[in-house]
Amino acid sequence: MTEIERHDYDVLVIGAGGAGLRAAIEARERGLRTAIVCKSLFGKAHTVMAEGGCAAAMGNVNEHDSWQVHFRDTMRGGKFLNNWRMAELHAKEAPDRVWELETYGALFDRTADGRISQRHFGGHTYPRLAHVGDRTGLELLRTMQQRIVALQQADHAATGDYEARLRVFAECTVTELLTDPAGAGGHAPIAGAFGYWRESGRHVLFSAPAVVLATGGIGKSFQVTSNSWEYTGDGHALALRAGASLVDMEFVQFHPTGMVWPPSVKGILVTEGVRGDGGVLRNSDGDRFMFGYVPDVFKGQYAQTEDEADRWYDDQENNRRTPDLLPRDEVARAINTEVKEGRGSPHGGVYLDIASRMPAEEIKRRLPSMYHQFKELADVDITAEPMEVGPTCHYVMGGIEVDPDTGQSRVPGLFAAGECAGGMHGSNRLGGNSLSDLLVFGRRAGLGAADYVTGLERRPAIREADVETAAAMTLAPFEAHPAAAGENPYTLHADLQRVMNDLVGIIRTEAEMVAALDRLAELRARVHDVVVEGHRQYNPGWHLALDLRNMLMVSEAVASSALLRTESRGGHTREDHPGLDPQWRHRVLVTHCVDASEAGAGAVVPRTAVEAAERVPMRADLLALFDLPELEKYYTAPELAGHPGRGSRQGGTP
Amino acid sequence: MSYKGRFRVWRGDAAGGALADYTVEVNDGEVVLDVLHRLQATQAPDLAVRWNCKAGKCGSCSAEINGRPRLLCMTRMSVFAPTDVVTVTPMRTFPVLRDLVTDVSFNYAKAREVPSFTPPADLAPGEYRMAQVDVERSQEFRKCIECFLCQDTCHVVRDHDENKEAFAGPRFLMRIAELEMHPLDVADRVPAAQDEHGLGRCNITKCCTEVCPEGIKITDNALIPMKERVADRRYDPLVWLGRTISRRRD
Ligand SMILES: Cc1cc2nc3c(=O)[nH]c(=O)nc-3n(C[C@H](O)[C@H](O)[C@H](O)COP(=O)(O)OP(=O)(O)OC[C@H]3O[C@@H](n4cnc5c(N)ncnc54)[C@H](O)[C@@H]3O)c2cc1C
Ligand code: SF4
Ligand code: SF4
Ligand code: FES
Repeated sequence: MTEIERHDYDVLVIGAGGAGLRAAIEARERGLRTAIVCKSLFGKAHTVMAEGGCAAAMGNVNEHDSWQVHFRDTMRGGKFLNNWRMAELHAKEAPDRVWELETYGALFDRTADGRISQRHFGGHTYPRLAHVGDRTGLELLRTMQQRIVALQQADHAATGDYEARLRVFAECTVTELLTDPAGAGGHAPIAGAFGYWRESGRHVLFSAPAVVLATGGIGKSFQVTSNSWEYTGDGHALALRAGASLVDMEFVQFHPTGMVWPPSVKGILVTEGVRGDGGVLRNSDGDRFMFGYVPDVFKGQYAQTEDEADRWYDDQENNRRTPDLLPRDEVARAINTEVKEGRGSPHGGVYLDIASRMPAEEIKRRLPSMYHQFKELADVDITAEPMEVGPTCHYVMGGIEVDPDTGQSRVPGLFAAGECAGGMHGSNRLGGNSLSDLLVFGRRAGLGAADYVTGLERRPAIREADVETAAAMTLAPFEAHPAAAGENPYTLHADLQRVMNDLVGIIRTEAEMVAALDRLAELRARVHDVVVEGHRQYNPGWHLALDLRNMLMVSEAVASSALLRTESRGGHTREDHPGLDPQWRHRVLVTHCVDASEAGAGAVVPRTAVEAAERVPMRADLLALFDLPELEKYYTAPELAGHPGRGSRQGGTP
Repeated sequence: MSYKGRFRVWRGDAAGGALADYTVEVNDGEVVLDVLHRLQATQAPDLAVRWNCKAGKCGSCSAEINGRPRLLCMTRMSVFAPTDVVTVTPMRTFPVLRDLVTDVSFNYAKAREVPSFTPPADLAPGEYRMAQVDVERSQEFRKCIECFLCQDTCHVVRDHDENKEAFAGPRFLMRIAELEMHPLDVADRVPAAQDEHGLGRCNITKCCTEVCPEGIKITDNALIPMKERVADRRYDPLVWLGRTISRRRD
């Protein structure tokens, strides 16, 4: 075998989005030699696409905001399924993380008194999203990219080498994590990672006692999605194969407003900021239909008339918010129903109208990229006519199971943060809570990894046999398959996207999940026969063939979890089980790899299995932040026995 | 509506290459990148092309279409007639890696040479106060998606590899302007802009502004004001002194 390029680091961060960069900054600032690996160029990660903003209870626009209110909103948005400790840390630490960005050079939009401005978003009680027009993700990512450069400049000044302590390996894909079975008892700890350079196709091996996964989401397994080609669930699948577990994989967020026309842009996101700033949804009759879709659990929290809703934008103390800003799962389902019942727009969506609600200049100032996007891609002038929008696969709430405080998974030395980590958002993520999640938990994972490495007695070792297996796996698609005709990776991918879209979409049934699992089994068999043309140099067909392994693993996790959860909640709606079921609230579905030990040696796509486990009950002081009547909509009676409201209301009877 | 479009796509690598002819289906509302993806899926599975967001937000898919630097994902097929031959070539200013993918490391090297944001020592996180009108100037430049089309088009380096060493290019001269106009930055990059980053080589042709997909007025709002700052400094030390003093006060 030819000599493989090898590198040694203390901390290897896989992913250069918001979470990965924040983790790397932290690890490097703690003095550890850190590498960042990413599939695209530096500065192109998915985070650049985030539009609306970053949620943090700074209270700049409404001083009543606080971490407690943010915490409550987050738990409500996730229908009380969230890992409450993560939601707590997130709400408490987000403001510091945003302010820190200003010290790196970020320039957010300002309030009249010069502080960071904050905008309204669905599910947030107060205006809470720090933003820069509708390009907040770009500001976040570029700011941290520039912070990395600043740290490299400091190293250059000290050592003469920009990359002495922090290096970015761009256009480099990790295909396998490597563990050391001779390590500590229990789980084999992380020893490094194996991958290839996209440009040359050559292999590369990283030895590192700590790996932070920050690989983002899974949306590219769905046909209509706001996600880019990078979202193939690599981190989810890598973690499974290394022996870690995933939680909540049935919860996939369909953003209510994606573009629906022309077909080639179907799925591209229309930011929730349009509604946050005053845009409203209408059906083909011109009705603001959302007033008819406020679910029982949110009754009383939303305006009941158009007048009240319109007054709320200016006076939030005396009016309730518009139901256009219900959490995303509610709005997506409502749009789905309107279209199904024949009140949709010509291209199968509904109307999102901002044109009639504010002057053209104001729209262009507040939503410049939306204006640009519709003008350039759809010939629609959003200052003059309504947009046509419909649901699009946007975000995965499920992800790698981690310790809330350190981000460590079940595998020692393996950490995860950002969209690929699970738990924080429960069954449904609020808009704006991802960018803040990246900052809070990216930093914590970097810190967790640094502490772990500092405390290690022995550096785990990589087994050469594992390296050879990983290398052989990547080259398999180039081998001739005499038995079969050979599968085209693009065709396989399109077939997978159709299965997930049609069968595991917004509205699900048992029969569809069973059918989806059958179809996924067929695809798993076909992926063995994938054949790619050409050579290893920058070959997208080959790259896709390798990504398919991960997409298929993660898709099975989603479909199996969705089959088991016989209730409807957040990003999981079962037509055959339409209600919330309190007995499901305290249970979490955990996915693991069935044959993790042989994963490298055997199957191209190792099988996954899903089991139910109990969630950790919320700490009493946090539970006390909610009124009993609200909790009773979600919890079983025994779970609420200790709530302070219990005694007073029921006079002490159990 | 759907038709058979004629495409000429540059195929090759560092060793050389040529335009290859393809006939491929084009549908209503599509952009050039959609058609290239169809080519990959049906005729040329190993055609190398960079892209990420397909929404004009990441700046990955830069190339030249009929000789003009553009984003593949924001160039609609409707700007061509069905009978036109659409020629797609890699950015010319950067070394080609394969097909439409070029080596843009030049830009990352230049980015490292610009001294970073330098915050005021006496402000803690959370204490930053800036007026919207004051941040807007730098915010315009921070819309940059780093597509490097301006770098590709600027004649100082296009077909002039020998100038690359001494010239940061419009994108990074603009980065200097952005930091200089940041209301709270305390570093001084004005002399270096001229002496180290090659601002003097720019003769304000505005070609960079014309290709910028973000519509940033690179020349008018970044390069010319920077040139004025350099000129003020050079010829009138008092102006320089006056500026630093008034800056400390506000
Ligand atoms: C259009 C759009 C708009 C959004 N708007 C908002 C918003 O307004 N507010 C909000 O809070 N959230 C928003 N979100 C969600 C949010 O942007 C994402 O959830 C978040 O950016 C994810 O960040 P991340 O750091 O986890 O991963 P990403 O930014 O996606 O980064 C993933 C990184 O991992 C790398 N990677 C993946 N696999 C591998 C591998 N195998 N080997 C090496 N590297 C790998 C990728 O190259 C990339 O660098 C939006 C999402 C979309 C799609
Ligand atoms: S204006 Fe200056 S930087 Fe821009 S293209 Fe012309 S010479 Fe180059
Ligand atoms: S300034 Fe404009 S053209 Fe230049 S890199 Fe930035 S976005 Fe691209
Ligand atoms: S793919 Fe992102 S700008 Fe074209």
